[in-house]
Amino acid sequence: MSDTVLKSPERTAPTVFTRAQLDWLPWLEPLAVEAMTERHLASLVDAARVKSPYFRLLARDPDALEARTHTDKDIFYNPDAGLPRAERELAATATSRFNGCLYCASVHARHAATYSRRETDVDRLLDAGVSADLGERWNAIVAASVALAATPSAFGPEHVERLRRAGLDDLAISDVIHAAAFFNWANRLMLSLGQPAATAGP
Amino acid sequence: MPGLDADVIDALVGITPGSPLDAIRARRPQARAQAQATYQALFAPTEPGNVSAQERFAVGAFVCGLHGDTAIAASYADGLAKSGASAALKEAVEAATAEARAHGPYGRYPAGPLSREDDVRPSYRAGAAVHGMLGPRLAAAFEHAHMLVFHPRDATQAALQALLDAGWSTTDIVTLSQIVAFLSFQVRAVAGLRALAGRP
Repeated sequence: MSDTVLKSPERTAPTVFTRAQLDWLPWLEPLAVEAMTERHLASLVDAARVKSPYFRLLARDPDALEARTHTDKDIFYNPDAGLPRAERELAATATSRFNGCLYCASVHARHAATYSRRETDVDRLLDAGVSADLGERWNAIVAASVALAATPSAFGPEHVERLRRAGLDDLAISDVIHAAAFFNWANRLMLSLGQPAATAGP
Repeated sequence: MPGLDADVIDALVGITPGSPLDAIRARRPQARAQAQATYQALFAPTEPGNVSAQERFAVGAFVCGLHGDTAIAASYADGLAKSGASAALKEAVEAATAEARAHGPYGRYPAGPLSREDDVRPSYRAGAAVHGMLGPRLAAAFEHAHMLVFHPRDATQAALQALLDAGWSTTDIVTLSQIVAFLSFQVRAVAGLRALAGRP
């Protein structure tokens, strides 16, 4: 039985928020690929995720992982109107910056920058934090995400109104809520089941 | 509490068929159905493994209580009662919630430039009375859940070791972590949609 905490290999841990590619090192034993059943493999949804120690660890509860993955994909990838992908990623990045998840922030800052082409603004959010001035529309999305991430939540009608004034319709506001809420889920798994590390050299 | 088949987020927000928010949620059908499927996987699992229904709902009531959402916490407390929990366990969950309330997120960063953003506050340790009522396994789960809810960036390998020492297996810890993390989503989806519906 493999019920022990894993020792971290000697790797450089990031000490700043970054858009650079990071690795994630598990603190608990992921399922071994050869030990995975059909049910475990199906729970990954994307077969390529078998390479990820994070997903092989979560596959220990396959029903929860599979449903979580489908929830994630629809919130972020559903192309039917609502909030543009770049701004769903912005909400994910702002939530991760506020909660302090360097790994999640790195992944979604890359996506936010790719889809928005606003690398400078994304870097400002990472460097200065959630009070950075990114222009009113992005400020409204960041402020809504941060209010929702507080525990207890501080999100209220004033955030909805500010998003409406910034030009978001109700489907787009619902997308902000879901993207931000979802990263309160993701951040807690990533932060507590392992740690980020600089990528191993080639 | 809504039955396990009714959409929990819809029920907690008060979304009725044909309402504007019903139409909005229908535009993201997988997000809606699979958030519900996650709820079922975690609170009515087909293969519960070593984590009992009482443990799942006790953690659920505690986590929602820490979020200050009395309506959602009451629905999980109802689930706890239906799982056959003793009056003492229900009382222990309420006492733990009362002694563990805080405001988050807080915590430390890895030493370096981000240290200036450190907000160092204590970890929750169940008081003697609560610990006695919960027992060591559930007390360890509540202590871990408090960290996940309020200061997840303080997570360490030692916190996982404490769960292993209290009898949680690696797979149990994955399920426990999913319960707390999922509820961190569900509570916020409900809070956000309530505000969008003009029903804060």
